[in-house]
Amino acid sequence: MPTTRRQFLSLAGSVTAAGAIPIVTLRPLNATPAMLNTAIRNVVGEAAIRTGKVKIDIPPLVENGNTVPMTISVASPMTADDYVKSIHVFNEKNPQPNIGNFYFNPSSGRAQVSTRIRLADTQKVVAIARLSDDSFWQVTADVVVTLAACTEEVN
Amino acid sequence: MSFWRAIAVVAFLVTVPGLLAGEIPSDARRSGYSFMGPETRAIQDDDTSNPGMLFVLDGEALWAKKTGSAGKACADCHGDARNSMKGIAARYPAFDKTLGRPVTLDQRINLCRADHQQATPLPYESRDLLALSAFVAQQSRGVAITAGDDPQAKPFVEQGRNLFMQREGQLNLACTNCHDDNFDKHLAGAPITQAQPTGYPLYRLEWQTLGSLERRLRSCMAGVRAQAYDYGAPELVALELYLMSRARGMPMETPAVRP
Amino acid sequence: MAAALINVPSRAKRGDIIEIRTLTSHIMETGFRHTMDGTLVPRDIITSFTCRYNGTEIFRADLFPAIAANPYLSFFTIAKESGKFEFEWIGDNGYASTASASITVE
Repeated sequence: MPTTRRQFLSLAGSVTAAGAIPIVTLRPLNATPAMLNTAIRNVVGEAAIRTGKVKIDIPPLVENGNTVPMTISVASPMTADDYVKSIHVFNEKNPQPNIGNFYFNPSSGRAQVSTRIRLADTQKVVAIARLSDDSFWQVTADVVVTLAACTEEVN
Repeated sequence: MSFWRAIAVVAFLVTVPGLLAGEIPSDARRSGYSFMGPETRAIQDDDTSNPGMLFVLDGEALWAKKTGSAGKACADCHGDARNSMKGIAARYPAFDKTLGRPVTLDQRINLCRADHQQATPLPYESRDLLALSAFVAQQSRGVAITAGDDPQAKPFVEQGRNLFMQREGQLNLACTNCHDDNFDKHLAGAPITQAQPTGYPLYRLEWQTLGSLERRLRSCMAGVRAQAYDYGAPELVALELYLMSRARGMPMETPAVRP
Repeated sequence: MAAALINVPSRAKRGDIIEIRTLTSHIMETGFRHTMDGTLVPRDIITSFTCRYNGTEIFRADLFPAIAANPYLSFFTIAKESGKFEFEWIGDNGYASTASASITVE
């Protein structure tokens, strides 16, 4: 998506502290752009977000940002009393902060989803899980996106 | 982006000045697959996660569909593609006696449409042409490439080889400068492969769709700032033929997945 | 054409956790790209995916432009009874497509 690259670069200037990931915090993601924060707050409201339980499996160095394989899983017994309701995935520097929302129930057996995503630039991916007790848990992954040599012009 | 890519190319020329053009010994040849990371390999390895298979499915439906004023389907002449098309793509581009020149698989499909189905040609890179081509080529998966073995094709293989060795474009690079002399090194973060066309048409993650070898060659040409030949141009067909003959004996992988 | 590739085990033991994989043809045009002459290419994406197992929803997803073309989704469920999985993709411009797969649970 070359047309939006300039916008990403200007956004990137405001988040140079992106490498610092808080280990445990009740006010996470305060170093990320407002759009990402707003998108997250639209899902979690005012609830606290804890770090842990969630795992992102994504290549740290991707071969092409247009198709990046990603798996999100949550450590959960997936019983009627204790299960994952949903996983919400966000990005930092695409034109839009949402990637996907995935909804589960106890009969899922395993709280895990795999898909392929677009990452317009080197950036963070954030996954937040909502558990059956309405607690929120998150994990962040840093992904380096290399640009392909000899790309075609967009037409 | 162009600016940064130009810098990367210049740096690459400066740091590897001493290598001479040399062809790759046959036992050192490697599919583009071997240059990919495990995640991209995994997409190719499993047919139910390989998006190229969506095109193969479409191609299978088109194979059986009657078209043109003759009201014939591919299957009406060729029967079950699993038998009739096995090994065919591995010998394309193939010499056409009537035309006196080699034709690509895409061109063969359109010749069939014109001669036997009385149907209009499918445009290059159209979904239907890619789908049919992918379906036909998938029947050759695992079959060793033999394109260029026909003695009548030899002058065209030689023409393609000359084009492969010829510097062109504002960056004044020949295909051989990257793909014979510097494979396994990186160009702007991406590994340089040996340009073995074992899996076309293939699904490129960058394109997010299936594409032909000609599309790939044209983007390489744009990369060295050369005027790309038109789809179907004799030069592109000759290059395609040379590349396939250069990969002689390597197994077909269609539909491959590449970054 | 709306081809889809579905991978569901044809047989499973009751209580097994099984993986379901789906791949469907769609360009997933982001709505953020422009043509050479500057015209915005309108958004055309799949926005929602649902999987039902004998009529009961077992997995659902909201998709955004950041999902790659030809969306791939893999998820899990517990094999409870023989029957049918139904898949539904809904998107922009009235896009709707369905597929199904059956399973025998022993």
